[in-house]
Amino acid sequence: MANEINIKSGIDWLTVVLYLALLIVGFFNIYAAVYNVEDPIPLYSMAHNAGRQLLFMILSFIIVMFILFLEYKIYDSFAYLFYGFMILLLIATIFIGSDIKGSHSWIKLGIFSLQPAEFAKTATALALARYLSTQGVNITKFKDAWKAAAIVMIPPIIIILQKETGSALTFAAFMVVFYREGLPAIYPILLLSFIGLLILTLLFPAWSVIIGIGFFAAAVWYLFLKRYERTRQNLYRMLGLFALFATFSLGVNFFINHILQPHQQKRIQILVNPDSDPLGAGWNVTQSKIAIGSGGFIGKGYLQGTQTKFDFVPEQSTDFIFCTIGEEWGFLGSFILISIYLALLWRIITLAELQRNKFSRVYGYSVASILFFHLLVNIGMTIGLMPVIGIPLPLVSYGGSSLWSFTILLFIFLKLEAHRSFKVK
Amino acid sequence: MLENRKQIILIFFFSIGILYLFRLFYLQLLDPRYRSIEATNAIRRQIQIPLRGQIYDRNHKLIVANEEVYDMMVTPSKVKNLDTLRFCKVFNITRGYFDSTMATASSYSKNRASIFLRQLTKTEFARVADAMINFSGFNFEQSFFRTYPGNTLSNALGYIGEIPKKQYEEQKTEYYRKGDYIGLSGIEKEYELELRGIRGIKYTLMDVHAQDKGAYAEGKYDTLAVLGKNMYSSIDLDLQQLADSLFLNKVGAIVAIEPKTGEILAMGSYPTYNPSLLSGKEFSKNYSKLVVDPDKPFLNRAISSFYRPGSTFKLVQSVVGLQQGVITTKSSFVGTSSPVACHGHGLHHLANLNNAVQYSCNPYFFQVFKKIIENNDHSNPFIGAREGLLRWHNMVEKFGFGIKLGIDIPGEKAGLLPGVEYYDKIYGKNRWKFSNIYSLSIGEGELGVNVLKLANVAAIFANRGYWITPHLVRGVGSDKSSLKPGLMEVHQTGIESRHFESIMDGMEEVAHAGTARRAYIADIPILGKTGTSQNRKGKDHAVFIAFAPRYNPKIAIAVVVENAGFGGSAAAPIASLIIEQFIRGRIDRQALKTQTINSSFTTVASSKANAEN
Repeated sequence: MANEINIKSGIDWLTVVLYLALLIVGFFNIYAAVYNVEDPIPLYSMAHNAGRQLLFMILSFIIVMFILFLEYKIYDSFAYLFYGFMILLLIATIFIGSDIKGSHSWIKLGIFSLQPAEFAKTATALALARYLSTQGVNITKFKDAWKAAAIVMIPPIIIILQKETGSALTFAAFMVVFYREGLPAIYPILLLSFIGLLILTLLFPAWSVIIGIGFFAAAVWYLFLKRYERTRQNLYRMLGLFALFATFSLGVNFFINHILQPHQQKRIQILVNPDSDPLGAGWNVTQSKIAIGSGGFIGKGYLQGTQTKFDFVPEQSTDFIFCTIGEEWGFLGSFILISIYLALLWRIITLAELQRNKFSRVYGYSVASILFFHLLVNIGMTIGLMPVIGIPLPLVSYGGSSLWSFTILLFIFLKLEAHRSFKVK
Repeated sequence: MLENRKQIILIFFFSIGILYLFRLFYLQLLDPRYRSIEATNAIRRQIQIPLRGQIYDRNHKLIVANEEVYDMMVTPSKVKNLDTLRFCKVFNITRGYFDSTMATASSYSKNRASIFLRQLTKTEFARVADAMINFSGFNFEQSFFRTYPGNTLSNALGYIGEIPKKQYEEQKTEYYRKGDYIGLSGIEKEYELELRGIRGIKYTLMDVHAQDKGAYAEGKYDTLAVLGKNMYSSIDLDLQQLADSLFLNKVGAIVAIEPKTGEILAMGSYPTYNPSLLSGKEFSKNYSKLVVDPDKPFLNRAISSFYRPGSTFKLVQSVVGLQQGVITTKSSFVGTSSPVACHGHGLHHLANLNNAVQYSCNPYFFQVFKKIIENNDHSNPFIGAREGLLRWHNMVEKFGFGIKLGIDIPGEKAGLLPGVEYYDKIYGKNRWKFSNIYSLSIGEGELGVNVLKLANVAAIFANRGYWITPHLVRGVGSDKSSLKPGLMEVHQTGIESRHFESIMDGMEEVAHAGTARRAYIADIPILGKTGTSQNRKGKDHAVFIAFAPRYNPKIAIAVVVENAGFGGSAAAPIASLIIEQFIRGRIDRQALKTQTINSSFTTVASSKANAEN
């Protein structure tokens, strides 16, 4: 049983502590979110989400044990197998999945429902790590980059078919991994530019955005490019980029005004300006901001929140759990929670960089990126900086699938990491 | 080379984290929008509307009271498995009413209560209370409507009704909700702030389904409702009711004032309407009926009408002339000629001022006004008339002509007192002189007054030279207290009291042996003046103003009866009976009373009916 001893000393306890901290924060705030002043129920009661979350947490610990006891090599060796199995499961879910809240992404297993899409991220991360660590594969090569991109893009396409667009979007997180592994910086920069441009086009008329880009390009040309860089070739490149951005801006505009249905247009409008319809489509964001804003500096106190408790904030124990924290724990609580997440991200990336083999490093970055993307979107939407996309707050939101998938994602990395430490010793 | 990408990625992650923290800092600490009690919609503001203040008369008899009733509210989201047919039957409503009211309520809010049925009486409430178990989503709120034990004074009291849309939208602080009651005219409007009291606010917690979840913060922010203040009116209910009966089958108005205080003792505009028509469920039905009534019951003739003062104005001319020194009580105009004819009492009334007042001598006052206008050194009659009229105008304005007296109900009209600018506009500058304006001498021409103004003139004579802002409310909260500022203001006419005193003999003779003998009472000296207000549209209006008794006067009064011709015949007996009632507390001249009640004059409605026959 040498393995067991090695795990104890080799596992990164700081990450484990941060993981447990998030679980505890999650449990108590789920209880607060479903707490009923007039009819309090015990913490452990299975009749409400908090009690069930406790059960999910206990099952998580069993999963953790299982992961840590498995031979570390199987994650590398069987990565493609896991991935293939997951693709099949995702496809099957389209047909056998139960209809929950309009999406076909859940499989009923007795009393539990599982959402394969949550677990697909882990399988994709393993497959990507396996591919990028293969001898001779170089992401700077166009062909290899496309193969890697295909690995990342197939699951979300199937997930979109399950009408679970939110989960599908999280696969965009892998762009960070690609960047770390050598993808030319121009690609993430282009992606960010297009996102920025999209937002600008939604906020301002297309013509003013195009004029703005024109001024920006001229400024770059004269202020940032050195004289010898102002070649005819670079001028063509600049003009090409300008044309691309302008077309994109006009295209977005056309798409929104002429192709989208009115109700979809409205959803986009809410994204930009939730106050335009506070009681209708903007309800969720407005209520969420009221809940968080009403928390003040130290919050209203545990179980004292009013907005989250009485169902004004929708999905208050799942996607909008951050509102409960913001309302009851105030800025202080929000600050501490975000700090825990940032510490976790920092720790995972630091550990990933220490890995001896590329597989572990790519996988580590995948874990950090997926976590980050969830935080970006989930917290962003509750404070009105992101559109309302239904993805959970990692390790805090209520839900078995979400909790287990993040647990598996994180602890496979810790297992790989422990193996590195073991080897070093 | 790829090593520094770790730093870039970490910087990117942390930048987003810090951006979010800044956003949270803004939302939670800087932006005040989200922290007020009102913003948190989990807290329900429950309004408790206190009972509206009651209105009493000067003898503490109730004029306006409240009947406690129940309003039925509906919360559409809670209405489940409703047997609509049975429901409509129980509440005696039509399916159409049910559907439209439910639709309105649903469009307002599915989770909040809207009014469904107004003003169920206690008996009705008791009858339906048991059935309510079957009708989830409906509940009752205590409310009230106005009742009128005095059954009079509708025009002065005004009425309450649902707050008009414009007023609702323009209120500075959001006090009234849609559909809340507010004073819309008369005392109810003028004293809205005092009468309505202060609403209580109870903050209770509720969930998104509007389920009650107990008091918020243990009631720390709750305020108790404060009852509306009672109003103590200066009206004498007996007098008011007597006026109502005397004006049966007549159109016109009456105002009686206590001269010493400016308190209005009676104020009636006829034909009137039953005030309870505009209280309760039938409001809109009755309102639309009254609005189209050709006799215009909503027009408060006491303060909003436009009559010519007629010969009653001669009293003002007398004292203005005396004050200017252009006449004395002994001035005689025998031998002069004038374009205005006399009523035919011979020449003796041209002999002195008191005789002229007694017999309402038109030629005499033509000469008085001529002297007033020509009281200047200009040889040019055009320029001279300007100066004369200006001085006259300024003196007459002090009697309240052409200005609002400031009575404490809305709707008072200023009337018309023509001045220099007025005639300049008609004739051109320096293109008019005395011969253009002489009709003013006998209260005709461009003069316009309402009955309140005439009663105020009577009060000025009773006071020998000053008046106090006429008002209907003499106490707020308790009798003779907390009056609105300005209501007790003394307005001097600037005319010496001896001038008033010097024509009192003539005024007393008016009822005794002059133009108003029907007003005569043996032991109460009534000092008055008749008038015939010219009416281009039909028969002239009868006018009579008076005060009594001569010394230490208790009541000043003005009566206008439309289309009743000569003032002495129709208006004087009404004034006389009111005075008798007020001073003696009873009426001894029952024959005169019956005769007055039974006399009738053309109303618009009756003339129409005649025309149709």
